[in-house]
This record gives sequence, C-alpha cells and structure tokens, in this order.
Amino acid sequence: MLHIKCPHCGLRSQNEFAYGGDATVKRPELNKEVSDKEWDTFVYLRKSPRGKHLEFWHHISGCRQWFKVERDTVTHEIFKTLKPNEDN
Amino acid sequence: MQKYSVFSLIKNAFKGHKDWEVAWKDPTPKAEYDVIIIGGGGHGLATAYYLAKEHNITNVAIVEKGWIGGGNVGRNTTIIRSNYMHDENALFSELGMNLWRNMSQELNFNVMFSPRGIINLAHSDAQMNVYSRRGNSMRLNGIDAVLLGREEVKKLIPMADFSENVRFPIFGALMQPSAGTARHDGVAWGYARQADSMGVDIIQHCEVTGFDVANGKIKGIKTSKGNIKAKKVGLCVAGSTSVLAEMLNMTLPVETHLLQACVSEPIKPLLDRVVTFGAGHFYCSQSDKGEMVMGGDLDGYNSYAQRGNLPTLQHVLTEGIAMFPFLSKLKMLRTWGGIMDMSMDGSPIIDKTHIEGLYLNCGWCYGGFKATPASGWTFAHTIAQDRVHELNAGYSLNRFSTGHLIDEKGLGTKTWIS
Repeated sequence: MLHIKCPHCGLRSQNEFAYGGDATVKRPELNKEVSDKEWDTFVYLRKSPRGKHLEFWHHISGCRQWFKVERDTVTHEIFKTLKPNEDN
Repeated sequence: MQKYSVFSLIKNAFKGHKDWEVAWKDPTPKAEYDVIIIGGGGHGLATAYYLAKEHNITNVAIVEKGWIGGGNVGRNTTIIRSNYMHDENALFSELGMNLWRNMSQELNFNVMFSPRGIINLAHSDAQMNVYSRRGNSMRLNGIDAVLLGREEVKKLIPMADFSENVRFPIFGALMQPSAGTARHDGVAWGYARQADSMGVDIIQHCEVTGFDVANGKIKGIKTSKGNIKAKKVGLCVAGSTSVLAEMLNMTLPVETHLLQACVSEPIKPLLDRVVTFGAGHFYCSQSDKGEMVMGGDLDGYNSYAQRGNLPTLQHVLTEGIAMFPFLSKLKMLRTWGGIMDMSMDGSPIIDKTHIEGLYLNCGWCYGGFKATPASGWTFAHTIAQDRVHELNAGYSLNRFSTGHLIDEKGLGTKTWIS
C-alpha cells in the first residue's frame, strides 16, 4: 500500500487516489504551428524511467485536487509531492 | 540431442537418472555473432529457435540478465487465445494457435497445451451485441467463436453466480473453444533446449549495459561479460524495453507497468475452462495441480518493481468472488508480479528501427505469453530477411505517428486504465 501525502490533506492511503501519468509531458504550446512529430511526442512517447518518476495523481476520494508526486518506480519510495504549478 | 520419450524415461530410471544430458549448455560468449537476441524469455528463445530452424541462422546468442524462465514467461497465467476482432491481431494470433497445436511434438517437450476453451462472460444486452460482433469478426478470419446464452453458460460453468439479484448478472458469453492454457516454463525450456541443440548460445546472468552504434548501424553490445560484436541485434525484453531504449537514445510509445497474478491452494478438479469476468478485469482457470490461477488489472502506476501491492489484488479478487463465490472460501497460496511493456494502443510492436541491424519486439501488454510462438516466428523473419512479414506488418513502430493504431480495446493512451 502506497502512502501518499496530498499537498492539501496530508498523508492518506493509496485507495483514495487515482493515477494520472507522467507529469513531465508538455502539451505543445497554444496558438502556434504544431508539427506531426510534436503531436506524436506529446500523445504517445514516454520515457518510462526505471528510477525517479514525476507523475500526476488525483485525490479523487478526498479533496479532488490534482498534484504531482516524485516516486521511485523500482522501490516505490515517494520523495516529495507538489502542487501542479510548483516545480520543487 | 537426446530425445525425450517414454523409452528414454524408463531407460534413465533404471540408471538412477544419472545419464540425462544437460538441456542447454552454459557457454562463454564468443567475440562475434551474426545475431544477438537480448532477452531470454519466451519471445527471445522462440526467435532464436525460428532463426535457426526457418532461416538457417545458427551463429546466434541469447543474452539474458537473469535466468531462462525467470521473467514474464514464468510469471503469466498461461492463457492462450486468438479471440481478437481486428484483422492484424486475429491473423497474427491464429498463426500462433497453429504453432501451439504442434509445439509439444515439434520441440520434443511436453508443453501441456490444453485447448480447454475460453469463456468471456457478458453481463448486459449491449455486451452481448459487442461479443456477437467480435465473434462474427473472428469467424470471418477463420477462428472458432460461439455465442452462448445464459442457460448454455450455466451448463458449462455451473459454479458461477447465476442468481438473479446480483449487480452483474450473467447474460451469456462469447467462447473460443480452441483457446486454452499451456505450461509456461515448459515453453521456455522447450525452445531453449532446441535452440541450444542447433548451435544457439544461451548466455545467462549477462546484463546488457550499452550498445555499439556507428554511422547509424549496430556493431555490437556491451555486457557485464564484456563486449560482443554482432551484425544484427534484436530486443525482446518486455518490461525492460524503455531501459534499453534509453541507452539507444530512443523514446518509445511504451510504459512499464506492474501486473499481478495469484494462485489459490490446490483443490479437486472443478473448472475445466478459462473464464473471464465481463464487468471488470478478472480471469481464472484451474491448473493441473488444482490451484485456481487468477489475474486481473494492472497495479495502475508506472513500476519496475516485479512485486505487487495489496489494493489492486483486493479489487481484482472482489470481481473474482462476484463471478465465482466459492473463491472466498479458498486460501491464497502465492501472489507475484511481473512488469509489462504497455504500448499506447494495447497492441505490440515488431519492427525494424532507424538504426540499421537493430530490431524491436515489444509492447505486449498483458498478452505476451500466448503470442510467444507467433512473435518468435515473425520476429525471426523480420531479422533474417531485414523486412517485416505480412503478419507483423501492422505492428509497426511508426503506426502511432501515422495514425494506423490497432486499438483493440479502445482504451487510448492511458495504459493504466484497464
């Protein structure tokens, strides 16, 4: 069982959360010409690192806020959690 | 190579089983090979076997980080089927079905292929319509499919919950009678033994640490047992694909996720089919030892851990008990996890890459075991001929950028939603 620290509610068990995927993926900028390659990279390509991974989680059975988690994909250790607009 | 038969068994029994040959050797790597296959799982071993058998390429090495049969080929729930709707998946899997049927004879190794049939339960009228469409598509591709009504299902699996007042009543099912199970580690050992006998070097406990690429061409690999030169290199590493891709500066449409499976304590023969729950993700069959073999959803977040987490297992078994209430009386014997290379449309990739002489076999999601022979067969063709076979032409790497996705489940790119 993962214990995830929601930036708003504190430490809660995994059952309250839903996963939201890689948080390093950047959507191509709005109001600019976007090449097929940029779309391809944004929609489909993932680094899927073995080790530290920055990812989105959703406190769906709690405050319903999205936030970022830095977690190790091998040990499942959680290093830190951040609000979506925070970088560190 | 020593032939396995009832006579060789009797003969060796009289000699106290002291004269059996080793099933495969433990060679030190040569300086150079024509082809190196990275990953000694089912797919890698099958690829090496078909390279030798179908294409006469025997100067081949399989490089395996762990040991033969220690990865996903020994961790899956052994289900074999070809009940796909899309042509690419259906025709590819049906090649596999034909290879499965003769595998024990061909490999001279009893892989215990048991075509007991798979039953996909439906729990609404809408689901019956979807299954009817899928069944018709299967039959158009020459695959056996039978749509069963509630009473027909009840005759086949009376132990399922057929009460009226349940959340997901059983409306009927789609059945593929020729689907089944096989002994998974036997498949790995069978392919390994035959490949070894034809001259393939199986190098275990040898981890790949890098690649030697020059002028857009593969020259060899770097390993924990030294550098090895190769004209061609094939990747068959399932959940570790992204790790090797990073060494090659490639980013792939694949994420690594964890899938759990479990077995109950052994009980007397009860279930002679493979059954899947249609209102969630749960599947169950009974092994020859009597254990109920069960699996379901991914753990739901990127993971290389090869071990599971309890919430997902509880969720999966809740579905299991909804389908087979008797499961609640059984003790759990073992649970374990394996890491899946989840592709962004749920279908695999067997293709060449932008690096000359480097070939990619990945993206098997939860469906790798049944594909073992067809994957090996088509990947061997792709490597030997340096072009894809028509059966794996759809499994191209560039189908994501060109929009030719094979989205069998219609899930999109959120691989953890299952």
